[in-house]
Amino acid sequence: MFVRTAILVLKKDLAIEVKTLEIVMTTLFFAVACVLVFSFAFVREGQAPPDAAPAILWIAVAFSGTLALGRTFERERYSETLRALLLAPAPRPALYVGKLLGMIVLLALDELVLVPLIAFLFGAPMFARPLFLLLFLAAGTLAFAAVGTLFAAMLIRSRTRDVLLPILLYPITVPVIICGVRGTAALLSSPVDEPTATMWLAILIAMDVVFVTLSLWTFEPLMSE
Amino acid sequence: MRKAFAPLAVVTGLLFAIAPFVIANAPYEQTMLLIQKIFYFHVPSWVAMYCGLIVAAIASILYLFKGSKAADRYAVSAAELIVVFGLNGLISGPLWARKAWGVWWQWDVKLTSALLLWLMFVAYLLVRKYGGPGSEKLAAVVAIFGAAVSPFVYVSVNIWRTMHPKTSVVPDIIKNPTTGFAGPLLLSMLAFVLLFCLLLMLRVRLAERQDALDELYLAYED
Repeated sequence: MFVRTAILVLKKDLAIEVKTLEIVMTTLFFAVACVLVFSFAFVREGQAPPDAAPAILWIAVAFSGTLALGRTFERERYSETLRALLLAPAPRPALYVGKLLGMIVLLALDELVLVPLIAFLFGAPMFARPLFLLLFLAAGTLAFAAVGTLFAAMLIRSRTRDVLLPILLYPITVPVIICGVRGTAALLSSPVDEPTATMWLAILIAMDVVFVTLSLWTFEPLMSE
Repeated sequence: MRKAFAPLAVVTGLLFAIAPFVIANAPYEQTMLLIQKIFYFHVPSWVAMYCGLIVAAIASILYLFKGSKAADRYAVSAAELIVVFGLNGLISGPLWARKAWGVWWQWDVKLTSALLLWLMFVAYLLVRKYGGPGSEKLAAVVAIFGAAVSPFVYVSVNIWRTMHPKTSVVPDIIKNPTTGFAGPLLLSMLAFVLLFCLLLMLRVRLAERQDALDELYLAYED
């Protein structure tokens, strides 16, 4: 029941998204615009500072993720469908997991373009340890999306949700960004600094566990009126 | 609780009255001399802030899961005190750092994690003020996440950078009472913690009055 509900919510979100590709396209181009803006801020005499590539990658993911979170739930609010979802005789945490999976798919599409783009623009050896990088992106995206989905869902009733979401999200996800940036930087250094990267990945995974548990725990009382 | 208020206020007042003399008579630290005295103000501010963090987190959990209105009043009062005492620490810290390190701000673990924690509770107050109806629950989740994420902030920033005097400075001082720093420090901490309790009681009382007034208005309109 739990898994089936979550997958149904995910399928619903993907079906809506596939029709117009609105969120994918807009957030993707927003992410690319972020990369460009930061490139112009950082690059001097044709050279980017050594750690610029991972920093820009994670900033672009965080910014476009915030935008995607806002848009996904705006859609639910606009057609009053979140109320319908909450009225359904389904476990509430399953709804949360469904929305979270949808968010992760969106961000994964973003990253699929961002990583090669940054590798191309900054000459960063992004694919030196592909599996490691994949783990970092997966763990970082999960942590960011877990908090983001919870906050965006609860902000849906608030008039000032557009500005409150980043205000709430960024201070809490700062450790995620630090782990992501420092870990990716360790992967990009030559030779690859594997012990450091493993350590950051371990902290990131611990944060995943805490964030997902807390979100599942608080979603139910939060969404009941 | 209300009966304890007056005696507590007297004790706190006395502690604050004698603290300047005790601090003035405390020995000078060998390398930092006079500027070390800000320590008696700075460390207790953070102690009071962390008291607030504990109260806010526990009260938020109680409010979210038990729906206790009283717990919510404690949570919002503690959050406001976190912002006040945190600001105290964030101002007194750079004043000392300018003299001791030669810079106002360093991206060191304690500064950064304290700043982030403080920002989370500023966000908490913003949500409550501008979040519209139902924002109390939302704010409660922010407080719970704030408390849960603070160890991660500490660990990640710690590995990222570090420069602040080690936290073990404080336990070391308390363990070696002969140096003469322990007495004034403990006294200042006690004064600040009592001040925190007093302000919390006052603020909770104010919140109770506000809620009672809101209920009266509703009853009148019906």
